[in-house]
Amino acid sequence: MNLSIGLVVESFIDFLLINFGPLFALIAQIVGGFMGGVESLILSLPPIVLIIVFALVAYLLADKKVALFTIIGFLLIFSMGLWIVTMQTFVMVLVSASIALFLGIPIGIIMSGNKFLDDFLTPALDFMQTMPPFVYLIPAVMFFGIGNVPGVMATVVFSMPPAIRLTKLGLKQVPDELEEVGTSFGSTPLQMLVKIKLPLALPSIMAGINQSIMLSLSMVVIASMIGANGLGEAVLTGIQRMQIGIGFEAGLAVVILAIVLDRITSGIGQSKA
Amino acid sequence: MKKLELKNLYKVFGDDADKGVRLLKEGYSKREVLEKTGLTVGVNDVSFDIKEKEIFVIMGLSGSGKSTLLRCLNRLVEPTAGEVKIDGKDLTNLDKESLRQIRREKFGMVFQNFGLLPNRTILENAEFGLEIQNIPESERERRSKKALNQVGLEGWEDQYPDQLSGGMQQRVGLARALAVEPEVLLMDEPFSALDPLIKKDMQDQLLELYEELDKTIVFITHDLDEALKLGDRIAIMKDGEVVQLGTPEEILTNAQNDYVKEFVKDVNRSRILVADDIMVKPLALLYSNDGPRTAMHKMKENEISSIFVVGEKRKLKGIVRVEDALEAVNNGQNNLEGLIKEIPVARPEKSIDKLFSNIAGSDIPLPVVDDNNKLLGIIVKSTVLANLAEGGM
Repeated sequence: MNLSIGLVVESFIDFLLINFGPLFALIAQIVGGFMGGVESLILSLPPIVLIIVFALVAYLLADKKVALFTIIGFLLIFSMGLWIVTMQTFVMVLVSASIALFLGIPIGIIMSGNKFLDDFLTPALDFMQTMPPFVYLIPAVMFFGIGNVPGVMATVVFSMPPAIRLTKLGLKQVPDELEEVGTSFGSTPLQMLVKIKLPLALPSIMAGINQSIMLSLSMVVIASMIGANGLGEAVLTGIQRMQIGIGFEAGLAVVILAIVLDRITSGIGQSKA
Repeated sequence: MKKLELKNLYKVFGDDADKGVRLLKEGYSKREVLEKTGLTVGVNDVSFDIKEKEIFVIMGLSGSGKSTLLRCLNRLVEPTAGEVKIDGKDLTNLDKESLRQIRREKFGMVFQNFGLLPNRTILENAEFGLEIQNIPESERERRSKKALNQVGLEGWEDQYPDQLSGGMQQRVGLARALAVEPEVLLMDEPFSALDPLIKKDMQDQLLELYEELDKTIVFITHDLDEALKLGDRIAIMKDGEVVQLGTPEEILTNAQNDYVKEFVKDVNRSRILVADDIMVKPLALLYSNDGPRTAMHKMKENEISSIFVVGEKRKLKGIVRVEDALEAVNNGQNNLEGLIKEIPVARPEKSIDKLFSNIAGSDIPLPVVDDNNKLLGIIVKSTVLANLAEGGM
């Protein structure tokens, strides 16, 4: 006898689709609209202005070297003619990582103080992280159709675990004595969180933010398989036409974007630590 | 006047703590309860009063329940049974909000490992308790600056804790507690993590502050010398129970059981003092890259006739005598080459009757060094003689 877990999952997804269809449509509309807005804003700016803005952000949050790398790297992307697709990818990373962090950090905070939820969600997080990322694309398409929105949704699911985990970890690592300091001076639970725990957990939370962003980037490239635009599309074209040149250029652009995002976000954690 | 009253206080750790209390009341010991039920007894039927404005020392070895007992006073640890009253008001049945209020108004706590927040400056750390009470910023700053001055830390406000030595960090911990102007100071082994000489300084300073402030202080320690020095009254704990309570004099002269006797044996007059007990801070030190002029200056300023030279990490190099330094200055020499003389040293655990032979015929102090040759303190002849005389030898 075959055990068909697959069938169960399918009927569960069907159930969600039938009962919550309008909800998903609404989410799709909101996320899609938001992304469209951000994308057209970014693409309306001349590339040179954007490059300067990126370099400035890199200088402020990291250092001179990262700023210089940003300028050279982005000029290279521009001269390869990949500027627009790179920015499309960037917007997708920005939107999906924001959603992942917006949901993930509070979940991590709640988990750190609630053992039941922790026991329940930890295996779920393991599952989310180890499931091959391609698998997320299927329900994403079923719920949200094809295009950027399902890409973002799959990315959110894939990139949220490290934000949750590292937020939880950072909060749990706060030494008992410092918690006692808070309690003995009469802190409310909120004061304890804001004045003691979160500042001490900040380096760990920043590491979670960094990892979420990096995972988002890898996932939005894969999401081109379900019609998301951006650099992934270019890579996919390279594969389909067996043109190593196109694939390599797009891959190089992904690497540059990855390095810039990584250095900037890991720089924030260090400057605070 | 009673400030705090403890009545039949129990703390048992574990799932079925009430069962543990029941067994203790039936007369089972801490160990029997652990064997029977797996429950750990922290505090076992403790009752005593702490008077207003006394220094009450709770003393015991690790695992004796002293820290647990202290934490029962402000309910950092929830007592399993019994009463804790402050100013006649029972704390054990207060709701969360009233408990917070009491913690804010009545208590200031000082921690063994200082408990400073590494991301805040010294001033911001000292302000912590006031910030929790939502006191306006200007008053917060005024009060915490005053507290920092009281502990001798003016000028350090903008530094971070990791820039300060252990002794200074604990002063910040003390200032943070003083800033909230509490009625009761709870001090959980505050000086245990400090070097012996710093520890002595801090004890002296605490006594000075105590004279100025008139607060009730509950002080935890595992060090009997510290307990005797600071305490108006001392409670000695073992296995969660108070085995004797009394003034230092009562404890020393009238130990009520073998456990206390064992403790007190060490401090009796006949006890052997060691170098560590009588060493003092050198008035001045010379560093190996100083010159003979600096040496002269430092000796003159402190009215001493010889000065110890230390290198990196206070490693002892030797001693420079005033006559040698003077000669070098007259010869125009500008380094210490040839001036540093080797001298005998002592270990901190050496007993003073043995030190006597070392120091009797010498006109210079005896340096005390640790295994790495780091200078811990010095011993001067007069102290050795005075202590020997007191010891009746």
